Amino acid sequence: MPRFRQPSVLPGFGLTLGFTLAYLGFIVFIPLALGFAQAFELSFAEFWRTVTAPRVVASYQLTFGAAFLAAAFNALLGLIVAWVLVRYSFPGKRLVDALVDLPFALPTAVAGITLATLYSSNGWIGQYFKLLGIKVAFTPLGVVVALVFISLPFVVRTVQPVLEDLEPEVEEAAASLGANRWQIFRRVIFPALRPALLTGFTLAFARAVGEYGSVIFIAGNLPMVSEITSLLIVSKLEQYDYRGAAAVSVVLLVLSFLLLLVINLLQRWGRIRQGWEQAS
Amino acid sequence: MSQATRVTPQASAEPVWVRRTLLTVALLFLTLFLFIPLLAVFYEALRKGLGVYLAAVIDPYALAAIRLTLLSAAIAVPLNLLFGVAAAWAIAKFEFHGKSVLITLIDLPFAVSPVIAGLLYVLLFGAHGWLGPWLGAHDLQIIFAVPGIVLATVFVTVPFVARELIPLLQAQGSEEEEAALVLGASGWLTFWRITLPNMQWGLLYGVVLCTARAMGEFGAVSVVSGHIRGLTNTLPLHVEILYNEYQFAAAFACASLLTLLALVMLALKVAIERRAVRQRQAALAVEAP
Repeated sequence: MPRFRQPSVLPGFGLTLGFTLAYLGFIVFIPLALGFAQAFELSFAEFWRTVTAPRVVASYQLTFGAAFLAAAFNALLGLIVAWVLVRYSFPGKRLVDALVDLPFALPTAVAGITLATLYSSNGWIGQYFKLLGIKVAFTPLGVVVALVFISLPFVVRTVQPVLEDLEPEVEEAAASLGANRWQIFRRVIFPALRPALLTGFTLAFARAVGEYGSVIFIAGNLPMVSEITSLLIVSKLEQYDYRGAAAVSVVLLVLSFLLLLVINLLQRWGRIRQGWEQAS
Repeated sequence: MSQATRVTPQASAEPVWVRRTLLTVALLFLTLFLFIPLLAVFYEALRKGLGVYLAAVIDPYALAAIRLTLLSAAIAVPLNLLFGVAAAWAIAKFEFHGKSVLITLIDLPFAVSPVIAGLLYVLLFGAHGWLGPWLGAHDLQIIFAVPGIVLATVFVTVPFVARELIPLLQAQGSEEEEAALVLGASGWLTFWRITLPNMQWGLLYGVVLCTARAMGEFGAVSVVSGHIRGLTNTLPLHVEILYNEYQFAAAFACASLLTLLALVMLALKVAIERRAVRQRQAALAVEAP
Protein backbone atom coordinates (compact mmCIF):
# COMPACT_ATOMS: atom_id res chain seq x y z
CA MET A 1 0.00 0.00 0.00
CA PRO A 2 1.42 3.41 -0.93
CA ARG A 3 2.23 5.51 2.07
CA PHE A 4 0.15 8.69 2.68
CA ARG A 5 3.29 10.68 3.33
CA GLN A 6 6.99 10.18 2.87
CA PRO A 7 8.99 9.73 6.08
CA SER A 8 10.78 12.76 7.53
CA VAL A 9 12.68 13.59 10.72
CA LEU A 10 10.76 16.86 11.09
CA PRO A 11 8.03 16.81 13.72
CA GLY A 12 4.60 18.36 13.76
CA PHE A 13 3.04 16.97 10.58
CA GLY A 14 -0.12 15.70 12.25
CA LEU A 15 -0.58 18.81 14.36
CA THR A 16 -0.13 21.34 11.54
CA LEU A 17 -2.04 19.43 8.87
CA GLY A 18 -4.83 18.69 11.33
CA PHE A 19 -5.11 22.34 12.34
CA THR A 20 -5.01 23.46 8.69
CA LEU A 21 -7.82 21.11 7.68
CA ALA A 22 -9.95 21.85 10.74
CA TYR A 23 -9.57 25.61 10.26
CA LEU A 24 -10.39 25.49 6.55
CA GLY A 25 -13.28 23.18 7.32
CA PHE A 26 -14.93 25.41 9.89
CA ILE A 27 -14.26 28.75 8.19
CA VAL A 28 -14.66 27.83 4.53
CA PHE A 29 -15.97 24.38 3.60
CA ILE A 30 -18.81 23.83 6.07
CA PRO A 31 -20.34 27.27 5.39
CA LEU A 32 -19.88 26.74 1.64
CA ALA A 33 -21.49 23.30 1.64
CA LEU A 34 -24.38 24.09 3.99
CA GLY A 35 -25.00 27.47 2.37
CA PHE A 36 -25.31 26.08 -1.09
CA ALA A 37 -27.39 23.16 0.07
CA GLN A 38 -30.11 25.80 0.57
CA ALA A 39 -30.09 26.68 -3.12
CA PHE A 40 -30.97 23.07 -3.88
CA GLU A 41 -33.97 23.10 -1.62
CA LEU A 42 -35.67 24.84 -4.51
CA SER A 43 -37.25 22.56 -7.09
CA PHE A 44 -35.42 22.51 -10.41
CA ALA A 45 -38.16 24.56 -12.10
CA GLU A 46 -38.03 27.21 -9.37
CA PHE A 47 -34.23 27.28 -9.44
CA TRP A 48 -34.24 27.70 -13.22
CA ARG A 49 -36.90 30.45 -13.09
CA THR A 50 -34.91 32.33 -10.43
CA VAL A 51 -31.58 32.22 -12.23
CA THR A 52 -32.95 32.99 -15.71
CA ALA A 53 -35.28 35.88 -14.79
CA PRO A 54 -34.65 38.76 -17.24
CA ARG A 55 -33.32 41.06 -14.50
CA VAL A 56 -30.87 38.38 -13.35
CA VAL A 57 -29.69 37.60 -16.88
CA ALA A 58 -29.15 41.32 -17.54
CA SER A 59 -26.98 41.45 -14.40
CA TYR A 60 -24.82 38.52 -15.60
CA GLN A 61 -24.31 40.28 -18.93
CA LEU A 62 -23.26 43.50 -17.24
CA THR A 63 -21.03 41.77 -14.65
CA PHE A 64 -19.15 39.54 -17.07
CA GLY A 65 -19.14 42.07 -19.93
CA ALA A 66 -17.79 44.92 -17.78
CA ALA A 67 -15.26 42.61 -16.09
CA PHE A 68 -14.05 41.42 -19.50
CA LEU A 69 -13.71 44.98 -20.84
CA ALA A 70 -11.90 46.14 -17.71
CA ALA A 71 -9.49 43.18 -17.77
CA ALA A 72 -8.81 43.63 -21.51
CA PHE A 73 -8.20 47.37 -21.04
CA ASN A 74 -5.85 46.60 -18.16
CA ALA A 75 -4.04 43.93 -20.19
CA LEU A 76 -3.10 46.59 -22.77
CA LEU A 77 -2.41 49.50 -20.42
CA GLY A 78 -0.85 47.24 -17.77
CA LEU A 79 1.61 45.93 -20.37
CA ILE A 80 2.56 49.50 -21.26
CA VAL A 81 2.93 50.48 -17.58
CA ALA A 82 5.09 47.40 -16.85
CA TRP A 83 7.20 48.13 -19.93
CA VAL A 84 7.74 51.75 -18.92
CA LEU A 85 8.57 50.79 -15.32
CA VAL A 86 11.14 48.16 -16.36
CA ARG A 87 12.74 49.66 -19.45
CA TYR A 88 12.65 53.44 -19.08
CA SER A 89 13.87 55.78 -16.39
CA PHE A 90 12.00 58.89 -15.38
CA PRO A 91 11.81 61.07 -12.27
CA GLY A 92 9.60 59.64 -9.52
CA LYS A 93 9.74 56.13 -10.95
CA ARG A 94 10.05 54.36 -7.59
CA LEU A 95 7.10 56.27 -6.17
CA VAL A 96 4.99 55.42 -9.23
CA ASP A 97 6.06 51.79 -8.94
CA ALA A 98 5.00 51.66 -5.27
CA LEU A 99 1.68 53.40 -5.94
CA VAL A 100 0.65 50.84 -8.58
CA ASP A 101 -0.37 48.61 -5.64
CA LEU A 102 -2.72 51.25 -4.23
CA PRO A 103 -5.90 49.52 -5.49
CA PHE A 104 -4.91 46.42 -3.47
CA ALA A 105 -4.47 48.43 -0.28
CA LEU A 106 -7.27 50.97 -0.62
CA PRO A 107 -10.64 49.82 0.77
CA THR A 108 -13.08 49.34 -2.10
CA ALA A 109 -15.70 51.63 -0.53
CA VAL A 110 -13.19 54.50 -0.57
CA ALA A 111 -12.42 53.80 -4.22
CA GLY A 112 -16.14 53.70 -4.95
CA ILE A 113 -17.10 57.06 -3.46
CA THR A 114 -13.99 58.75 -4.90
CA LEU A 115 -14.52 57.48 -8.44
CA ALA A 116 -18.24 58.31 -8.27
CA THR A 117 -17.38 61.89 -7.25
CA LEU A 118 -14.64 62.30 -9.88
CA TYR A 119 -16.57 60.83 -12.79
CA SER A 120 -20.00 62.38 -12.06
CA SER A 121 -21.01 65.00 -14.62
CA ASN A 122 -19.71 67.89 -12.47
CA GLY A 123 -16.65 66.04 -11.11
CA TRP A 124 -13.01 66.77 -11.97
CA ILE A 125 -12.87 64.15 -14.71
CA GLY A 126 -16.56 63.66 -15.51
CA GLN A 127 -17.03 67.26 -16.67
CA TYR A 128 -14.68 66.70 -19.59
CA PHE A 129 -16.47 63.53 -20.59
CA LYS A 130 -19.71 65.55 -20.39
CA LEU A 131 -18.33 67.98 -22.96
CA LEU A 132 -17.85 64.98 -25.26
CA GLY A 133 -21.45 63.98 -24.55
CA ILE A 134 -20.42 60.89 -22.54
CA LYS A 135 -21.93 60.09 -19.15
CA VAL A 136 -19.66 57.88 -17.03
CA ALA A 137 -21.00 57.76 -13.47
CA PHE A 138 -24.37 56.02 -13.00
CA THR A 139 -24.08 54.15 -16.32
CA PRO A 140 -22.54 50.77 -17.31
CA LEU A 141 -19.43 52.72 -18.35
CA GLY A 142 -19.05 53.73 -14.68
CA VAL A 143 -19.01 50.04 -13.74
CA VAL A 144 -16.12 49.49 -16.17
CA VAL A 145 -14.22 52.47 -14.70
CA ALA A 146 -14.52 51.09 -11.15
CA LEU A 147 -13.43 47.61 -12.31
CA VAL A 148 -10.43 49.04 -14.19
CA PHE A 149 -9.34 50.72 -10.95
CA ILE A 150 -9.62 47.69 -8.67
CA SER A 151 -7.98 45.27 -11.12
CA LEU A 152 -5.22 47.65 -12.27
CA PRO A 153 -2.23 46.07 -10.44
CA PHE A 154 -2.73 42.46 -11.60
CA VAL A 155 -1.34 42.68 -15.15
CA VAL A 156 1.46 45.09 -14.16
CA ARG A 157 2.58 42.84 -11.32
CA THR A 158 2.51 39.60 -13.32
CA VAL A 159 4.24 41.02 -16.44
CA GLN A 160 6.86 43.15 -14.64
CA PRO A 161 9.04 40.31 -13.20
CA VAL A 162 9.03 38.41 -16.51
CA LEU A 163 10.10 41.52 -18.36
CA GLU A 164 12.87 42.11 -15.81
CA ASP A 165 14.20 38.57 -16.31
CA LEU A 166 14.29 38.71 -20.11
CA GLU A 167 17.84 38.30 -21.38
CA PRO A 168 18.96 41.33 -23.42
CA GLU A 169 21.18 39.00 -25.47
CA VAL A 170 18.17 37.46 -27.20
CA GLU A 171 17.01 40.85 -28.42
CA GLU A 172 20.51 41.78 -29.45
CA ALA A 173 20.83 38.54 -31.42
CA ALA A 174 17.55 39.26 -33.20
CA ALA A 175 18.72 42.79 -33.96
CA SER A 176 22.06 41.59 -35.29
CA LEU A 177 20.19 39.20 -37.58
CA GLY A 178 18.44 42.22 -39.08
CA ALA A 179 15.09 42.31 -37.25
CA ASN A 180 13.67 45.77 -36.62
CA ARG A 181 12.34 46.84 -33.22
CA TRP A 182 8.69 46.02 -33.93
CA GLN A 183 9.60 42.58 -35.28
CA ILE A 184 11.68 41.92 -32.17
CA PHE A 185 8.78 42.90 -29.95
CA ARG A 186 6.27 40.82 -31.86
CA ARG A 187 8.41 37.72 -32.42
CA VAL A 188 10.77 37.67 -29.44
CA ILE A 189 9.49 39.70 -26.49
CA PHE A 190 5.73 39.30 -26.77
CA PRO A 191 5.73 35.46 -26.93
CA ALA A 192 7.77 35.42 -23.72
CA LEU A 193 5.31 37.78 -22.02
CA ARG A 194 2.14 36.10 -23.28
CA PRO A 195 1.66 33.56 -20.44
CA ALA A 196 2.17 36.25 -17.77
CA LEU A 197 -0.14 38.61 -19.62
CA LEU A 198 -2.87 35.98 -19.77
CA THR A 199 -2.40 35.14 -16.08
CA GLY A 200 -2.70 38.82 -15.19
CA PHE A 201 -5.80 39.13 -17.36
CA THR A 202 -7.36 36.08 -15.69
CA LEU A 203 -6.68 37.35 -12.16
CA ALA A 204 -8.03 40.80 -13.06
CA PHE A 205 -11.13 39.28 -14.62
CA ALA A 206 -11.82 36.98 -11.66
CA ARG A 207 -11.43 39.83 -9.21
CA ALA A 208 -13.66 42.11 -11.29
CA VAL A 209 -16.49 39.56 -11.51
CA GLY A 210 -16.79 39.36 -7.73
CA GLU A 211 -16.28 43.06 -7.01
CA TYR A 212 -18.98 44.87 -5.05
CA GLY A 213 -17.80 47.78 -2.89
CA SER A 214 -16.33 50.05 -5.54
CA VAL A 215 -19.05 49.41 -8.11
CA ILE A 216 -22.24 50.13 -6.18
CA PHE A 217 -21.45 53.81 -5.68
CA ILE A 218 -20.66 54.62 -9.30
CA ALA A 219 -23.09 52.27 -11.06
CA GLY A 220 -26.41 53.96 -10.30
CA ASN A 221 -27.75 50.40 -9.79
CA LEU A 222 -30.65 50.63 -12.24
CA PRO A 223 -32.26 47.18 -12.67
CA MET A 224 -31.75 45.79 -16.21
CA VAL A 225 -29.21 48.54 -16.97
CA SER A 226 -26.48 49.03 -14.40
CA GLU A 227 -27.14 46.44 -11.68
CA ILE A 228 -24.34 43.94 -11.09
CA THR A 229 -25.01 40.37 -9.95
CA SER A 230 -23.41 40.85 -6.51
CA LEU A 231 -25.82 43.72 -5.81
CA LEU A 232 -28.74 41.60 -6.98
CA ILE A 233 -27.70 38.92 -4.47
CA VAL A 234 -27.64 41.53 -1.70
CA SER A 235 -31.06 42.89 -2.62
CA LYS A 236 -32.55 39.37 -2.68
CA LEU A 237 -31.06 38.86 0.77
CA GLU A 238 -32.55 42.11 2.02
CA GLN A 239 -35.96 40.85 0.89
CA TYR A 240 -35.32 37.63 2.88
CA ASP A 241 -35.26 35.63 -0.36
CA TYR A 242 -32.43 33.43 0.98
CA ARG A 243 -32.90 30.60 -1.51
CA GLY A 244 -33.05 32.98 -4.45
CA ALA A 245 -29.85 34.68 -3.28
CA ALA A 246 -28.16 31.28 -2.88
CA ALA A 247 -29.33 30.15 -6.32
CA VAL A 248 -27.95 33.25 -8.08
CA SER A 249 -24.69 32.90 -6.10
CA VAL A 250 -24.30 29.30 -7.26
CA VAL A 251 -24.72 30.40 -10.87
CA LEU A 252 -22.23 33.28 -10.45
CA LEU A 253 -19.64 30.95 -8.90
CA VAL A 254 -20.15 28.22 -11.51
CA LEU A 255 -20.00 30.70 -14.41
CA SER A 256 -16.80 32.28 -13.14
CA PHE A 257 -15.16 28.88 -12.52
CA LEU A 258 -16.13 27.76 -16.04
CA LEU A 259 -14.68 30.92 -17.57
CA LEU A 260 -11.45 30.55 -15.62
CA LEU A 261 -11.27 26.93 -16.74
CA VAL A 262 -11.71 27.94 -20.39
CA ILE A 263 -8.98 30.59 -20.06
CA ASN A 264 -6.62 28.05 -18.47
CA LEU A 265 -7.32 25.54 -21.24
CA LEU A 266 -6.70 28.24 -23.87
CA GLN A 267 -3.41 29.01 -22.22
CA ARG A 268 -2.36 25.35 -22.20
CA TRP A 269 -3.49 24.94 -25.81
CA GLY A 270 -1.47 28.03 -26.76
CA ARG A 271 1.60 26.55 -25.11
CA ILE A 272 1.19 23.22 -26.92
CA ARG A 273 0.73 24.97 -30.27
CA GLN A 274 3.76 27.12 -29.61
CA GLY A 275 5.74 23.97 -28.82
CA TRP A 276 4.64 22.46 -32.13
CA GLU A 277 5.74 25.52 -34.04
CA GLN A 278 9.13 25.47 -32.40
CA ALA A 279 9.50 21.74 -33.04
CA SER A 280 8.64 21.91 -36.73
CA MET B 1 21.61 57.33 -25.84
CA SER B 2 19.55 59.07 -23.24
CA GLN B 3 18.94 56.00 -21.09
CA ALA B 4 20.63 56.54 -17.80
CA THR B 5 20.26 53.28 -15.92
CA ARG B 6 21.02 50.72 -18.60
CA VAL B 7 23.43 50.76 -21.44
CA THR B 8 21.37 49.53 -24.36
CA PRO B 9 22.72 49.28 -27.88
CA GLN B 10 20.90 51.47 -30.37
CA ALA B 11 19.57 48.49 -32.29
CA SER B 12 17.60 47.03 -29.39
CA ALA B 13 15.99 50.27 -28.18
CA GLU B 14 12.83 51.91 -29.48
CA PRO B 15 12.89 55.17 -31.44
CA VAL B 16 12.58 58.23 -29.23
CA TRP B 17 9.03 59.07 -30.33
CA VAL B 18 7.83 55.56 -29.42
CA ARG B 19 9.44 55.85 -26.02
CA ARG B 20 7.87 59.26 -25.37
CA THR B 21 4.45 58.04 -26.49
CA LEU B 22 4.54 54.94 -24.28
CA LEU B 23 5.71 56.94 -21.28
CA THR B 24 2.98 59.54 -21.83
CA VAL B 25 0.25 56.91 -22.22
CA ALA B 26 1.36 55.05 -19.09
CA LEU B 27 1.61 58.15 -16.93
CA LEU B 28 -1.66 59.60 -18.23
CA PHE B 29 -3.43 56.32 -17.43
CA LEU B 30 -1.97 56.15 -13.91
CA THR B 31 -2.75 59.83 -13.34
CA LEU B 32 -6.40 59.41 -14.32
CA PHE B 33 -6.94 56.18 -12.42
CA LEU B 34 -4.56 56.42 -9.45
CA PHE B 35 -3.06 59.82 -8.67
CA ILE B 36 -6.15 62.00 -9.17
CA PRO B 37 -8.37 59.66 -7.06
CA LEU B 38 -5.72 59.64 -4.33
CA LEU B 39 -5.57 63.45 -4.25
CA ALA B 40 -9.35 63.75 -4.53
CA VAL B 41 -9.91 61.79 -1.28
CA PHE B 42 -7.93 64.36 0.73
CA TYR B 43 -9.27 67.34 -1.24
CA GLU B 44 -12.89 66.33 -0.64
CA ALA B 45 -12.16 65.54 3.01
CA LEU B 46 -10.67 68.96 3.73
CA ARG B 47 -12.89 70.98 1.40
CA LYS B 48 -15.23 72.20 4.15
CA GLY B 49 -12.33 73.04 6.46
CA LEU B 50 -10.37 71.38 9.20
CA GLY B 51 -13.19 71.83 11.74
CA VAL B 52 -15.64 69.72 9.74
CA TYR B 53 -12.90 67.16 9.16
CA LEU B 54 -12.06 66.78 12.84
CA ALA B 55 -15.73 66.75 13.85
CA ALA B 56 -16.36 63.87 11.43
CA VAL B 57 -13.39 61.90 12.71
CA ILE B 58 -14.15 62.26 16.44
CA ASP B 59 -17.88 61.72 15.99
CA PRO B 60 -18.89 58.95 18.46
CA TYR B 61 -20.25 56.75 15.66
CA ALA B 62 -17.01 57.17 13.71
CA LEU B 63 -14.97 56.25 16.79
CA ALA B 64 -17.15 53.20 17.42
CA ALA B 65 -16.64 52.19 13.78
CA ILE B 66 -12.87 52.60 14.10
CA ARG B 67 -12.90 50.46 17.25
CA LEU B 68 -14.87 47.68 15.54
CA THR B 69 -12.60 47.77 12.48
CA LEU B 70 -9.52 47.47 14.71
CA LEU B 71 -11.15 44.71 16.77
CA SER B 72 -12.05 42.56 13.78
CA ALA B 73 -8.57 42.99 12.30
CA ALA B 74 -7.03 42.20 15.71
CA ILE B 75 -8.89 38.87 15.74
CA ALA B 76 -8.70 37.97 12.05
CA VAL B 77 -5.01 38.70 11.47
CA PRO B 78 -3.54 36.57 14.33
CA LEU B 79 -5.90 33.67 13.48
CA ASN B 80 -4.89 33.71 9.83
CA LEU B 81 -1.26 34.14 10.83
CA LEU B 82 -1.44 30.97 12.93
CA PHE B 83 -3.22 29.20 10.09
CA GLY B 84 -0.67 30.42 7.55
CA VAL B 85 2.29 29.18 9.59
CA ALA B 86 0.68 25.79 10.27
CA ALA B 87 -0.36 25.32 6.64
CA ALA B 88 3.06 26.37 5.34
CA TRP B 89 4.84 23.96 7.73
CA ALA B 90 2.64 21.02 6.74
CA ILE B 91 2.77 21.75 3.01
CA ALA B 92 6.37 22.90 2.56
CA LYS B 93 8.17 20.53 4.93
CA PHE B 94 6.40 17.27 4.13
CA GLU B 95 5.50 15.27 1.02
CA PHE B 96 1.98 13.85 1.09
CA HIS B 97 -0.86 12.94 -1.23
CA GLY B 98 -3.36 15.62 -2.18
CA LYS B 99 -0.96 18.47 -1.50
CA SER B 100 -1.72 20.41 -4.67
CA VAL B 101 -5.44 20.07 -4.00
CA LEU B 102 -4.92 21.52 -0.52
CA ILE B 103 -2.98 24.49 -1.93
CA THR B 104 -5.83 25.18 -4.36
CA LEU B 105 -8.40 24.93 -1.56
CA ILE B 106 -6.51 27.49 0.53
CA ASP B 107 -6.88 29.96 -2.35
CA LEU B 108 -10.63 29.31 -2.58
CA PRO B 109 -11.70 32.39 -0.55
CA PHE B 110 -10.01 34.57 -3.19
CA ALA B 111 -12.21 33.04 -5.88
CA VAL B 112 -15.45 33.51 -3.94
CA SER B 113 -17.01 36.96 -4.32
CA PRO B 114 -17.02 38.75 -0.91
CA VAL B 115 -20.77 39.21 -1.08
CA ILE B 116 -21.20 35.45 -1.47
CA ALA B 117 -18.87 34.89 1.50
CA GLY B 118 -21.12 37.07 3.64
CA LEU B 119 -24.19 35.34 2.27
CA LEU B 120 -22.84 31.92 3.32
CA TYR B 121 -22.72 33.00 6.96
CA VAL B 122 -26.22 34.48 6.74
CA LEU B 123 -27.47 31.19 5.31
CA LEU B 124 -25.75 29.37 8.15
CA PHE B 125 -26.35 31.59 11.19
CA GLY B 126 -29.14 34.00 10.09
CA ALA B 127 -32.64 33.92 11.63
CA HIS B 128 -33.82 31.78 8.67
CA GLY B 129 -30.53 29.88 8.34
CA TRP B 130 -29.55 26.34 9.34
CA LEU B 131 -28.53 27.17 12.88
CA GLY B 132 -30.79 30.21 13.23
CA PRO B 133 -33.55 28.57 15.33
CA TRP B 134 -31.01 26.94 17.69
CA LEU B 135 -29.06 30.18 18.10
CA GLY B 136 -32.32 32.06 18.70
CA ALA B 137 -33.39 29.57 21.37
CA HIS B 138 -30.07 30.07 23.17
CA ASP B 139 -30.16 33.86 22.80
CA LEU B 140 -27.00 33.92 20.70
CA GLN B 141 -26.63 36.32 17.82
CA ILE B 142 -23.97 36.04 15.14
CA ILE B 143 -25.50 37.75 12.12
CA PHE B 144 -26.12 41.50 12.50
CA ALA B 145 -23.68 41.35 15.43
CA VAL B 146 -19.95 41.53 16.03
CA PRO B 147 -19.19 37.75 15.70
CA GLY B 148 -20.59 37.74 12.17
CA ILE B 149 -18.38 40.66 11.18
CA VAL B 150 -15.31 38.94 12.60
CA LEU B 151 -16.18 35.66 10.84
CA ALA B 152 -16.71 37.41 7.49
CA THR B 153 -13.39 39.23 7.88
CA VAL B 154 -11.59 35.98 8.74
CA PHE B 155 -13.09 34.26 5.68
CA VAL B 156 -11.95 36.84 3.12
CA THR B 157 -8.42 37.04 4.58
CA VAL B 158 -7.73 33.30 5.07
CA PRO B 159 -5.19 32.87 2.23
CA PHE B 160 -2.98 35.96 2.67
CA VAL B 161 -0.29 34.71 5.08
CA ALA B 162 -0.34 31.09 3.88
CA ARG B 163 0.09 32.20 0.27
CA GLU B 164 3.25 34.18 1.08
CA LEU B 165 4.79 31.51 3.33
CA ILE B 166 4.19 28.31 1.33
CA PRO B 167 6.38 29.19 -1.70
CA LEU B 168 8.99 30.76 0.59
CA LEU B 169 9.38 27.67 2.81
CA GLN B 170 9.27 25.39 -0.24
CA ALA B 171 12.15 27.31 -1.80
CA GLN B 172 14.18 27.21 1.43
CA GLY B 173 13.94 23.43 1.81
CA SER B 174 14.41 21.72 5.18
CA GLU B 175 18.14 20.97 5.40
CA GLU B 176 18.71 23.52 8.18
CA GLU B 177 15.84 22.15 10.28
CA GLU B 178 17.03 18.58 9.76
CA ALA B 179 20.54 19.54 10.86
CA ALA B 180 19.19 21.19 14.03
CA LEU B 181 17.07 18.13 14.88
CA VAL B 182 19.92 15.71 14.26
CA LEU B 183 22.06 17.80 16.61
CA GLY B 184 19.44 17.29 19.30
CA ALA B 185 17.28 20.43 19.23
CA SER B 186 13.61 19.97 20.02
CA GLY B 187 10.95 20.64 17.37
CA TRP B 188 9.88 23.92 18.99
CA LEU B 189 13.43 25.15 19.39
CA THR B 190 14.12 24.35 15.73
CA PHE B 191 11.02 26.27 14.69
CA TRP B 192 11.83 29.34 16.81
CA ARG B 193 15.54 29.48 16.03
CA ILE B 194 15.67 28.29 12.40
CA THR B 195 12.35 28.46 10.58
CA LEU B 196 10.93 31.66 12.05
CA PRO B 197 14.03 33.83 11.40
CA ASN B 198 14.24 32.41 7.86
CA MET B 199 10.68 33.34 7.03
CA GLN B 200 10.33 36.58 9.02
CA TRP B 201 10.06 38.94 6.02
CA GLY B 202 7.62 36.77 4.14
CA LEU B 203 5.59 36.50 7.32
CA LEU B 204 5.52 40.27 7.85
CA TYR B 205 4.63 40.79 4.22
CA GLY B 206 1.68 38.44 4.54
CA VAL B 207 0.57 40.15 7.76
CA VAL B 208 0.65 43.57 6.06
CA LEU B 209 -1.47 42.37 3.14
CA CYS B 210 -3.83 40.57 5.52
CA THR B 211 -4.24 43.64 7.75
CA ALA B 212 -4.90 45.97 4.81
CA ARG B 213 -7.62 43.69 3.52
CA ALA B 214 -9.12 43.00 6.95
CA MET B 215 -9.53 46.70 7.72
CA GLY B 216 -10.85 47.57 4.28
CA GLU B 217 -13.25 44.70 3.64
CA PHE B 218 -16.64 45.92 2.54
CA GLY B 219 -18.79 43.41 0.61
CA ALA B 220 -18.68 40.46 3.01
CA VAL B 221 -18.97 42.61 6.12
CA SER B 222 -21.78 44.68 4.62
CA VAL B 223 -23.94 41.57 4.14
CA VAL B 224 -23.60 40.31 7.73
CA SER B 225 -23.49 43.65 9.54
CA GLY B 226 -27.05 44.96 9.50
CA HIS B 227 -25.56 48.50 9.60
CA ILE B 228 -26.45 49.29 13.20
CA ARG B 229 -24.69 52.55 14.02
CA GLY B 230 -22.32 52.46 16.95
CA LEU B 231 -22.70 48.67 17.19
CA THR B 232 -22.06 46.79 13.94
CA ASN B 233 -20.61 49.45 11.66
CA THR B 234 -17.02 49.13 10.55
CA LEU B 235 -15.24 52.19 9.19
CA PRO B 236 -15.82 51.32 5.50
CA LEU B 237 -19.53 50.79 6.25
CA HIS B 238 -19.63 54.11 8.13
CA VAL B 239 -18.19 55.79 5.02
CA GLU B 240 -21.00 54.26 2.95
CA ILE B 241 -23.73 55.47 5.32
CA LEU B 242 -22.37 59.02 5.45
CA TYR B 243 -22.03 59.12 1.67
CA ASN B 244 -25.58 57.88 1.12
CA GLU B 245 -26.81 60.58 3.52
CA TYR B 246 -25.07 63.20 1.33
CA GLN B 247 -22.63 64.06 4.14
CA PHE B 248 -19.82 64.06 1.60
CA ALA B 249 -17.21 65.94 3.62
CA ALA B 250 -17.67 63.60 6.60
CA ALA B 251 -17.66 60.52 4.34
CA PHE B 252 -14.40 61.59 2.75
CA ALA B 253 -12.92 62.51 6.13
CA CYS B 254 -13.42 58.92 7.31
CA ALA B 255 -12.31 57.67 3.89
CA SER B 256 -9.09 59.69 4.25
CA LEU B 257 -8.26 57.76 7.44
CA LEU B 258 -8.57 54.49 5.52
CA THR B 259 -6.51 55.97 2.68
CA LEU B 260 -3.73 57.00 5.09
CA LEU B 261 -3.78 53.47 6.44
CA ALA B 262 -3.47 52.11 2.88
CA LEU B 263 -0.48 54.39 2.24
CA VAL B 264 1.19 53.20 5.46
CA MET B 265 0.65 49.59 4.35
CA LEU B 266 2.20 50.36 0.94
CA ALA B 267 5.23 51.98 2.60
CA LEU B 268 5.65 48.96 4.92
CA LYS B 269 5.35 46.63 1.94
CA VAL B 270 8.12 48.44 0.04
CA ALA B 271 10.36 48.49 3.14
CA ILE B 272 9.82 44.75 3.76
CA GLU B 273 10.50 43.88 0.11
CA ARG B 274 13.79 45.77 0.27
CA ARG B 275 14.84 44.00 3.48
CA ALA B 276 13.94 40.61 2.01
CA VAL B 277 16.00 41.31 -1.12
CA ARG B 278 18.96 42.41 1.01
CA GLN B 279 18.70 39.28 3.18
CA ARG B 280 18.64 37.08 0.08
CA GLN B 281 21.67 38.83 -1.37
CA ALA B 282 23.54 38.49 1.92
CA ALA B 283 22.70 34.77 2.01
CA LEU B 284 23.93 34.35 -1.57
CA ALA B 285 27.15 36.25 -0.77
CA VAL B 286 27.84 33.85 2.11
CA GLU B 287 27.22 30.78 -0.06
CA ALA B 288 29.19 32.05 -3.07
CA PRO B 289 32.83 31.51 -1.98
